[in-house]
Amino acid sequence: MNWLTRAKKGIITWRKKDVPDGLWEKCPSCGEILYRKELGKHLSICPKCRFHFRINASDYIDILTDDGTFSEINSGITSSDPLDFKDSKKYKDRLKASKKKTGRNSAIVTGTAAIKGHKAVIAIMDFSFMGGSMGSAVGEKIVRAVKKAIEERLPFVMVTASGGARMQESILSLMQMAKSSAAFAMLSRAELPYIAILTNPTTGGVAASFAFQGDIIIAEPQALIGFAGPRVISETVGEELPEGFQRSEFLLEHGMIDMITSRDELKGKLGFFLDSFMSGVSAIAEDKNLENDGKTISIIR
Amino acid sequence: MEFERPVFELQARIETLKQDSRVNAGEISKLISKLSELEGQVYRSLSAWERVQLARHPKRPTTLDYIRMISDEFEELHGDRYYGDDPAIVGGIGKMFGMPIMIMGHEKGGNTRERISRNFGMARPEGFRKTLRLLKMAEKFSMPVLSIIDTPGAYPGIDAEQRGQPRAIADNLKEIFGIRTPIVVVIIGEGGSGGALALAVGDSILMMEHAVYSVISPEGCAAILWKSREKAPEAASSLRLTSEDCLKFGIIDDIIEEVHGAAHRDPEGNAEKISERVASELERLQKHPIDILLKKREEKFFAMGEFEEPPQDA
Repeated sequence: MNWLTRAKKGIITWRKKDVPDGLWEKCPSCGEILYRKELGKHLSICPKCRFHFRINASDYIDILTDDGTFSEINSGITSSDPLDFKDSKKYKDRLKASKKKTGRNSAIVTGTAAIKGHKAVIAIMDFSFMGGSMGSAVGEKIVRAVKKAIEERLPFVMVTASGGARMQESILSLMQMAKSSAAFAMLSRAELPYIAILTNPTTGGVAASFAFQGDIIIAEPQALIGFAGPRVISETVGEELPEGFQRSEFLLEHGMIDMITSRDELKGKLGFFLDSFMSGVSAIAEDKNLENDGKTISIIR
Repeated sequence: MEFERPVFELQARIETLKQDSRVNAGEISKLISKLSELEGQVYRSLSAWERVQLARHPKRPTTLDYIRMISDEFEELHGDRYYGDDPAIVGGIGKMFGMPIMIMGHEKGGNTRERISRNFGMARPEGFRKTLRLLKMAEKFSMPVLSIIDTPGAYPGIDAEQRGQPRAIADNLKEIFGIRTPIVVVIIGEGGSGGALALAVGDSILMMEHAVYSVISPEGCAAILWKSREKAPEAASSLRLTSEDCLKFGIIDDIIEEVHGAAHRDPEGNAEKISERVASELERLQKHPIDILLKKREEKFFAMGEFEEPPQDA
């Protein structure tokens, strides 16, 4: 990469590692030195320039769901290293390290919760678990969560944060794109809403499957969203990428997403859409019940 | 390819001897059977990395080669009706054994000039949207579908991203589970990542013996995990991308063994094998009511993946 491109405004270098514990934090966008506790109070949004620091799945649960309503499902599902994959490190060791770091068994958290009073199935990817990469465990948890939404006639909310499919599970992880897509096709046939919230980054196999299958697609500001990574594109085409390329604002301009919403406004938007969509869903259910003389029938297709 | 040299040397020797009237027929037929033995040895004892080379062999038949060989007639259909026509993906209506069939697939091109104009089989969003259009047409007119896979991956370009590469692939993956007609997939060369998968969901998924199917190219994987593209051979073996691996992991339904060792050694013979196999698969699939077929298609993919689950969580 050319040093000059980095000097350009609007190009942000993201920290690869999670921020180490310390009292102060420097905003990578505006350079402001921020007091960590203060930053936490602002949902990790820089109070000066509104830059969104990366946060983990638990933080999103706190931000998006009504207090005490989240109930996790299938938390034990984890990858089994079917390929016995080894690069410079063993996949098993990478998994162990991620589990220890995050206290989770996979790169996604699924469960049910209330959002502004609306019960929903939620799935939140955790970038701190091997870059949020999608392997068999992630795919399976998504499918089960979607099936639960269909069984209980609940809307589905997803927060994506992922570099894409997990290389260490090779072809099996590629198939998770098709597997999760099959689930969302099912949810669609059941006429239940799916709201996808794309956070930084959402790329590769996750972008090219369920991230872009939402009825509503919301992105956080300045999130990197795309199929190929910027470095791969830059190497392939042999030229510098346009300013702001593959950022949320670029996608909105090109008609790929519905809106860009700051983290502190996400819950409000979710509440609005769930209210709008689910009143229709309940009305249909009531109609069907009336048609059947009040007998409850399942409208799962 | 270097590893093929003994095969080609022996073949050249046989050709020379055939011209020589002093050599008797018995000796030549002995050498011919030795050649087929050698083909078996050479092409069946390759490393994963050599298999990748073979899958990308410049002489390996491409999608259009196979379409020409397996269909009696073929009318290519162009364009996605939104933006353009992607030369990296071809599609159209063909006749196989007298029956109409929608055929589509990635086209890499047969020589350097073609390869450049075909963008090496790397599709842009309009390519994926074209296939979705053709899938819907096949469904509307009750035509079965044959989808042929041969791509290094979806095109990583600025224009492709601008026009919604992720959305185009995501749309195909979601919509295909509702396409009410039988779909047979044959992976003939490289099954590269999401760009391959976007055309590779179906009811029967077959793979040529020396095709490879993987989430990322060995070079790409090596660059990320080993920090060096030179480690591609190691990555190739770690990625478990051969047809035998894919069968073992339940990703494909069957392997089509290549005649004369490898597809490029006998394109016609291999095309015949593909067409027979596709016909028998379609006959089998068409016996199922379409709702059952769709259910099975979904379940096939729901079953893919390997994970662990503690008993108390089940």
